[in-house]
Amino acid sequence: MKIWALALLQSTAFVLLAPLFAGWVKWVKCRLQNRRPPPLAQPYRDLWKLFGKEALLSHNASILFRIVPYIVAGATLLAAAVVPLLAVNLPTAAIADVIVLTGFFALARFFLALAGMDVGTAFGGMGSSREMTISALAEPAMLLAVFTLAMVAASTNLSTVIEQVLSDGLVLRPSLLFALLAMCLVAVAETGRIPVDNPATHLELTMIHEAMILEYSGRHLALIEWAAQLKLMIYGVLIANIFFPWGIATTPTPVALLVAVAAITAKLSILGVLLATGESVLAKMRLFRVPAFLLLALTLGFVGLLSHIILEIR
Amino acid sequence: MSHHLFVQMLAFALGGSLGSALVSLVADRYPRVLSRVAFPALAVAGAASVTIGLEAILTGGRFAVELPLGLPWLHWHLKLDPLAGFFFSLIGIGTLAAGLYGPAYCREFRHGPYSLAVLGLATGLFIAGMQLVVLADDAFAFMIAWELMSLSSYFLVGYQHQNAANRRAAFFYLLMAQIGGLSILLSFGVLAGFGHGFTFEEMRAAPLSLSWSSIAFTLALVGFGAKAGLVPLHAWLPEAHPVAPSHISALMSGVMLKVSVYGFIRVVFDLIGSPHWSWGVALLIIAGITALYGVLYALLQNNLKRLLAYSSVENIGIIFIGLGLSIIFYGTGQHLLGTLGLVAALYHSLNHMLFKSLLFLGAGTVLQRAREHDLERMGGLLKALPWTGLCFLIGCMSISALPPSNGFVSEWVTFQTALQATSLESGVLRAVIPITAAVLALTGALAAACFVKVYGVAFLGLARTRRGRRCTEAGPGMVGAQGMLAALCLMFGVFPTATVTALNHIVTDLTGHALTAATANGWLWLTPISSDTASYSAPLVSLGVLLSLAAWAVVYLVLRPGGHARMTRGDTWDCGFGPLNARMQYTSTAFTMPVQRIFKPFWDLREEVEREPRNGLPQEPERLRHQLHVDDISWRLLYTPVVKLLHATTRRVGRIQTGHLRHYLAYSFITLILLLWIIT
Repeated sequence: MKIWALALLQSTAFVLLAPLFAGWVKWVKCRLQNRRPPPLAQPYRDLWKLFGKEALLSHNASILFRIVPYIVAGATLLAAAVVPLLAVNLPTAAIADVIVLTGFFALARFFLALAGMDVGTAFGGMGSSREMTISALAEPAMLLAVFTLAMVAASTNLSTVIEQVLSDGLVLRPSLLFALLAMCLVAVAETGRIPVDNPATHLELTMIHEAMILEYSGRHLALIEWAAQLKLMIYGVLIANIFFPWGIATTPTPVALLVAVAAITAKLSILGVLLATGESVLAKMRLFRVPAFLLLALTLGFVGLLSHIILEIR
Repeated sequence: MSHHLFVQMLAFALGGSLGSALVSLVADRYPRVLSRVAFPALAVAGAASVTIGLEAILTGGRFAVELPLGLPWLHWHLKLDPLAGFFFSLIGIGTLAAGLYGPAYCREFRHGPYSLAVLGLATGLFIAGMQLVVLADDAFAFMIAWELMSLSSYFLVGYQHQNAANRRAAFFYLLMAQIGGLSILLSFGVLAGFGHGFTFEEMRAAPLSLSWSSIAFTLALVGFGAKAGLVPLHAWLPEAHPVAPSHISALMSGVMLKVSVYGFIRVVFDLIGSPHWSWGVALLIIAGITALYGVLYALLQNNLKRLLAYSSVENIGIIFIGLGLSIIFYGTGQHLLGTLGLVAALYHSLNHMLFKSLLFLGAGTVLQRAREHDLERMGGLLKALPWTGLCFLIGCMSISALPPSNGFVSEWVTFQTALQATSLESGVLRAVIPITAAVLALTGALAAACFVKVYGVAFLGLARTRRGRRCTEAGPGMVGAQGMLAALCLMFGVFPTATVTALNHIVTDLTGHALTAATANGWLWLTPISSDTASYSAPLVSLGVLLSLAAWAVVYLVLRPGGHARMTRGDTWDCGFGPLNARMQYTSTAFTMPVQRIFKPFWDLREEVEREPRNGLPQEPERLRHQLHVDDISWRLLYTPVVKLLHATTRRVGRIQTGHLRHYLAYSFITLILLLWIIT
């Protein structure tokens, strides 16, 4: 019972802290660019404001358009529920392994892309088309990185993978290094950050994610924004906890959990700084350069897989 | 079920389809016979097939009958074991759906130029042929049933024969079916030659050397692969499936392809018995290419039924990936994993049967109600066809392998099988299998893009034609058939553990090896290898999705009547340029343009731009028409050269035909002398 409560607590923490992580990235980015940063709580205020506003709907919107934000939020929430944030071996982690996790993202993306095409504007279709194209390459790259992990740990369950990496200690596995690089590139592409997409732009030629959700407003937009922040945090936690799992609680004792909280805070802060730095020094790519970027991720994932097979199996 | 009861049910199943064929003979005179008798009889046959199929799976029973038909020394042997029972119930589900869907759908043919009797007769015989293929327990009955299936479906493909393209497609289909049939016959020939008999019992006992069994395997692969649509023998499929009436397309794509999968499993895993691992490698490579090839071509199609046909090629690829993995693992002694691969293949066969039939029936509804097969002219159909739209969405989710749909489970199990490659000794195998898994991942992601396109362009957005805006929902029979398939898609997605248990029975009966831990943790958890290795709880995931829908419902119900609407409807934001119209939406071609740029070398693309100049000024055309033709690359690489070679050879051989009687007499004389010389 206690362990289910812990799992629930972890998921709640995930959901509640996701806007904070997004705010942190924005804060660092502003500092790096010599701008005055908004307060860290700004994303919460935005969400609060959006939830309070009425939703404006096009005459052309079908019922699907109104259901999609809930499905997107629900699927992302499910994804968050199975990712170990503080502790491994929680019961929710068994609901879905890491392949199902990519399935949750695919589910959210599928419906978001459909919603983009629902109203019948050129922007929406453009966003959906681009998003699906990018994901068509990003998803296999992600799965390749996942396969590498799965083969290293002989398991696709995230908990088992993390425990395996922990028990390995500080050995340098080339396969994991490649998988990490692939995963970072995929994370950048999937969460719509520079250089693939720019979350801050509304310029038609460059929009991808924002073009899809252009027609949303009010509580619908709030749900989608929240889901996007959650997705960013999930990718952050995946990278932090799989490749640098030290500090995560293997037993549900208060001390271990406190250590885990401190560890994940530190890890995510550093990741946030890295992401903000990357976004500050890089320029956004042309859309048709993005496939090359993703093919690089695919290749890295592949090299990781092969290096595991060739070098690391006895 | 007693043997007696079984024979009775079998009589219902076969009698329903054959009876439906017979009564249809008078359909030209009394058109109502088709909707009142023939299709209901098919539905009964379908329900009976599902019943005995399930019975055979669940009890593991074997029912055998010998019919006084066939050759004097070889009566027809029919047998239903769990494997046959599984495919028999697949046929049953497809037939049931077609039986429900057909009456309303075929009403439009009543006043057309085509014969209703041919439609009913060929449909009944086609289904009876498929049922007999699965039941056959000797090579002779199998081949007769196989040809019955091929020939009757030829008439169905060419049903609307006033269109020259349909005749061409039907002929090409028949040609490929015959090549495939010949190959299967030769494969049986090898087995029967060593087994000294044509019953499957004797063929199973045939002592085969590795080279002879490899020959039998290759012939079976070509034969069943040509029917299933393995690249490069798939080219007939996107021609033939779209031109048949839609319930027949559903049967062909959904069910007939599975019958060839059945044939392949029967020959390779049962008759040949102990597959060699190297066959698995060959199969894996072919299947990987097939999956990727199918989805890439599906993506670029604008004809909805043609797109679905290419997507069938993709799914057949996925099924054969499972079979290939299974052969590799069985061949290397990893029986547990071999079983898992086979379970994955069977599961995907079931899923593909369900969602592809569903999607074809949906496409048929669109064709009948909106008179449209071209995606570029659809749009906004969800508002006109809400129930069809809902069912089609479920089909799209399943085929895109999204959790918690059924398509996801089978792909997940396939991935789980592939990821166990580390347990193999050979380094090459360990590398080949993950490459296939990567191809499968790419295929899945592209399939999702493809079906977002289909659903977004056809069912969402604004209607592009007046008919698309004004059309009304189909009748209860057509919607009911789709609803049944959609419900089954959801059911097999939400309760995978029960399904895997049943499939495990089938595979255990076939190969003698069982999954040990897959369903050991109760109905909530699916753990293919062990709970440490991988686990998936589809019921809990579905619960999560249901909860998010419930959240929407609560918001919808609570906020709506509460005075403050919190929801305003307005015009779509048009950037201040004036009203948007349907032509400004992204079209099907536009949607896939980025993908088209990335994978350009995989297609033969022809772009045409027509300009109508205004006042003689070409730079300001009045109308601009852009068309993209996607040609199957296999034509350029394989079929056209073969046809050219054939033409050249026949022309050369034709030279001996001079047209003079004396020459022909001389030929006969020489032949006679040669024969005499050989005999003596």
